[in-house]
Amino acid sequence: MTIQFNKESFRGDYTFHNSDWAIQRFPFPFHEDSYMYSVNMEQHRGGPEGSVYEKRFDVDEHYVSEMHDRALVLAEDPLRCQSLPHMTLAGWDLLELIMVAKSEDYPELFELHRNGDTWRWVNKPMEIDDTFTFLDETTLPYGPMEYITRQAQGDWCVLDQRDDMLWMDAGMVTTQADWSLDFDIGMNFFEWHAPVPLAHEMGIFKRALKFLLNIQQGAPARRLNWTMTVNPLLDTSPENYHKWGVQKTTLTPKNIGAKQHLRVELQTFFRLPRSNALVFPIRCYLIAFQDLVTIPKWGRRLHRVIRDLPDELATYKGFIANRPMMLDYLSRYDDGLATSPGVWPDLEIEPELQK
Amino acid sequence: MSAAPQKVRAGAEKIDVTISAVTPLNELVTRFEFARSDGEPFPPFSPGAHTIVELNDGGRTRLNPYSLMSDPSDLSTYAISVRRDDHGRGGSLFLHRNVSVGDELTITYPVNLFPLDLRGKKHLFLAGGIGITPFMAMIAHLERMGGAWELHYSCRSRALGSYADELKKRYPSKVQVYFDDQAQSIALENLLNGQPLGTHVYVCGPKGMIDWVHSMTASHGWPEENVHSEEFLAPQPGKPFEVWLCKSDMLIQVGENESLLEAMERSGVDAPFLCRGGACGQCETNVIESEGEFLHRDHWLDDDEHANGKKIMPCVSRFVGKSLILDR
Ligand code: HEM
Repeated sequence: MTIQFNKESFRGDYTFHNSDWAIQRFPFPFHEDSYMYSVNMEQHRGGPEGSVYEKRFDVDEHYVSEMHDRALVLAEDPLRCQSLPHMTLAGWDLLELIMVAKSEDYPELFELHRNGDTWRWVNKPMEIDDTFTFLDETTLPYGPMEYITRQAQGDWCVLDQRDDMLWMDAGMVTTQADWSLDFDIGMNFFEWHAPVPLAHEMGIFKRALKFLLNIQQGAPARRLNWTMTVNPLLDTSPENYHKWGVQKTTLTPKNIGAKQHLRVELQTFFRLPRSNALVFPIRCYLIAFQDLVTIPKWGRRLHRVIRDLPDELATYKGFIANRPMMLDYLSRYDDGLATSPGVWPDLEIEPELQK
Repeated sequence: MSAAPQKVRAGAEKIDVTISAVTPLNELVTRFEFARSDGEPFPPFSPGAHTIVELNDGGRTRLNPYSLMSDPSDLSTYAISVRRDDHGRGGSLFLHRNVSVGDELTITYPVNLFPLDLRGKKHLFLAGGIGITPFMAMIAHLERMGGAWELHYSCRSRALGSYADELKKRYPSKVQVYFDDQAQSIALENLLNGQPLGTHVYVCGPKGMIDWVHSMTASHGWPEENVHSEEFLAPQPGKPFEVWLCKSDMLIQVGENESLLEAMERSGVDAPFLCRGGACGQCETNVIESEGEFLHRDHWLDDDEHANGKKIMPCVSRFVGKSLILDR
């Protein structure tokens, strides 16, 4: 399939939009009618054809515009991309992983030609054609991690593994749900997760860390996380909270369907071979409520999940104030019928809305 | 989430390989080199990583961990060096006696439980005997990346010093070799005192040597995070014993020459594992009930856990007594 790249913005006039294709393949995160934190990890070895789980790093219609948005963020705030000195080798590992995966998974869009340490990288959608020497930083316009993550959707945390612990020692973070790389750099797994409610007491982070420390080369894993965003903003950072935080108050019963977005992160975990570091790509997918409810099962279920979500989570995720308005809107799409198990749209078996 | 549920298999991903060279180094140690059977390059690996070699010994599967000792930048070959253990359960003997060029085997993807700390300003390597192997890969890597290192290598005798001559010749100012039979030994205290700030120490060798390095560095005020060790644990033979696996609902016998983990696998139980050497923690198993004595040999559980009898690491530990019931 050839992908038609959208020309769209994630700021200002917000022309971001999802095609029917993007709506149907949206990674809806709720497999049942309620939600609570859990150690929800599974192997990342493909998924159904056309789904966002199929390829190692999904490329979709938003690719070119997302990369443009990243460049804008970095021009304003270079500290969104940082790499401590010992992480350069991991940066090369990541560059190789992404180039190999993209060129194998999307040969019509990307090419990698390797001749010993002389590599030629062709990125057709972004009109890049560079030749460089692997492991020689002076032959690239940026460090290896920055170079490749300016060409790969989603945020990237690169974790050093030492003393049975993960350390946030490098990253490219411009599409985050209200956390800051500049604040978290150098922190360990428990430190950067400190603000999360309930999960610590549930023992989730202890078990999650144990799982991550044992992720092996060739056996990546994945999980989903989600939150809510008003307007299709990629950059919801603490640094820019003064710009986007106030937009939450612009929601009205009239505009909520278009403005309120469910934000889903497809998080994957790969062991990096040369450095033994772990990379944690966080790929963000946005969908407007009005698009989401075109899938009857998802409309029914989202209403129930948001209605029954513990207050602590709604507060942490930053939508407790708007929850009543969301529920007014979503309840119109919930007729009380049972939903099928699992995350898929199930258009053939789920009845149309009976209201 | 369960987007596309897949059953997780125990152990790391596997690679089919063909033996491309067998080189005896001395009376006890032989190097085995592998090429990928599909002709593709190997995945890159980080120095300090090991692979688990799967051997078919007369219908019985043996899974033995060995450090990768080849140059990590050479993706055409993986190499291991194996010391023959005449009193062990036979894995190394099998390799020495039955494996030759052209044979096909399966190995796992590299797993690293002994990585370099890449923040280190300098890396001080202390090797005892066959413990030299992970350092071979580390040295090749640091030479390529321009990192500072120094090796102190203690062997039984000149004749048994695998790679000692080669290393000394290539890096005369960075390598010091000590021979037990000439009453030479590493002057650890002096060595530690002379190190620049930010040095990391790595020790691989027999248990006594590892304990010695840990206690010496501790008493000299070295931070624990700067001292790294890897001990080669092979499961030891022992008296046969019986175990009730309650989740699998079966009674199994652990033979003299197999580990508890191997006995579970032989009985068709898909038990988790990674290193098979008592270090990674993957195979940790809860004890439901026991009447007898545990022979704990792992590095994973702490002293309290060893004493209280609630957990066992089936890859290396055994049991003697009347009855043992495990949550597996
Ligand atoms: C090494 C990989 C990981 C990184 C770099 C990472 C990073 C983060 C960060 C930066 C936050 C935001 C914290 C804040 O409010 O400042 C977060 C939230 C969270 N993380 Fe992780 N995380 C990782 C792995 C995991 C895993 C494996 C789990 C499994 C359970 C997990 C569970 C959570 C949860 C439940 C939240 C709260 C999210 C929400 O409610 O929106 N994380 N993580």
